[in-house]
Amino acid sequence: MVARVYITLKPGVLDPAGKAVESSLHTLGFQEVGSVRLGKYIELQLPDGDGAAARARVEEMCRKLLANTVVENYRVELQGER
Amino acid sequence: MKVGIVVFPGSNCDEDTLHVVRDVFGRPAELIWHKEHDLHRADYVVLPGGFSYGDYLRCGAIARFSPVMDEVVAFARRGGPVLGICNGFQILTEAGLLPGALLLNAGQRFLGRDVLLRADGRPSRFTGGLSRTARYRLPIAHMDGRYFIDEEGHRRLEGEGGVLFRYADDNPNGSLGAIAGVVNEAGNVAGLMPHPERNAEPVLGNLDGRTVFAALLGS
Repeated sequence: MVARVYITLKPGVLDPAGKAVESSLHTLGFQEVGSVRLGKYIELQLPDGDGAAARARVEEMCRKLLANTVVENYRVELQGER
Repeated sequence: MKVGIVVFPGSNCDEDTLHVVRDVFGRPAELIWHKEHDLHRADYVVLPGGFSYGDYLRCGAIARFSPVMDEVVAFARRGGPVLGICNGFQILTEAGLLPGALLLNAGQRFLGRDVLLRADGRPSRFTGGLSRTARYRLPIAHMDGRYFIDEEGHRRLEGEGGVLFRYADDNPNGSLGAIAGVVNEAGNVAGLMPHPERNAEPVLGNLDGRTVFAALLGS
C-alpha cells in the first residue's frame, strides 16, 4: 500500500516561493494563472492491510513530524487499500 | 551557572557560542552531543545556530526529535532557562516550546547581514539591562526567519508581552510584527533569529552582540 501525503501552507500564510512561480508563469504568457501555492508531496511505502488503521497512523505521522500544523495543512491518500 | 550548548548534526555556531560564553563571559560551558540523554548538570541550555539535519523537511523539524531534546523539554518544563539562536529558535518552535513558526524569508533569499534590533515586551530574565530606546546592531544569517503565528496566537503573544525583540527600522524577512525574538508564557524559554555570539568582541566590529548576549545569559 502506498500513502501519498500532500502538505500545503494554510490559507492566509504568505508563500513567497509560490508568488515567484506565479510571476514567472505570467512572464511566460500564462496570464490565466491566478495564484500559485507550493507544497510538499511525500510518498510512503506501507505494508498491505487495513486502510483505516494505516490512515490513522499516517495522520499521526503528519501531526508529529511531516507537517507543522501551526502553518501547514495535510491531506492523505491511500493507494492499494483493501 | 553552567551553560550547556547542544550540538546537532549540522549545527555550526556551537563553537562560537562556546567561545563567547567561556572566554568572553568567563562562564563554565560544555558542548552536549544531541545523542546524549544528559545535560551535564547545565543550569542554562543553548540551542545554537546552524542547519541541523540539513534543514530537511522543515528547519528544526528533525532535530526536535533528537534524543537530548527529551531532556531539554523536561528541563524547560521544570523552569530551566533555554535559549535558541537562529536554528535553535526554529527547533524550539518545532518542539512546541515556543509559539509560532519560522518560514521562508519573504524575499526568498538567504540573508547574511547586520540588522538593527530593539528590545521589547515584558521584563524578562533574557532582556534585563537592555535599553528600550537603544538600537542593537546584530548579524542575521538565515533563509527561514519570517516569524509567523495565527491571529489569535499573535494577540495572545503581544498581550502577554512575549515579543522580546523586534527588527527596528527595516524588517528584513517579512516577520509578522517585525518579530525577531520571543519568550514563552512561563518566561524561561526564549528564541531569536539574530546572532549575538557573532559580534561579542571588538575584533568583530562592534560589541552590541556582547551587550545582548550578556542580557540573554542574565549576567
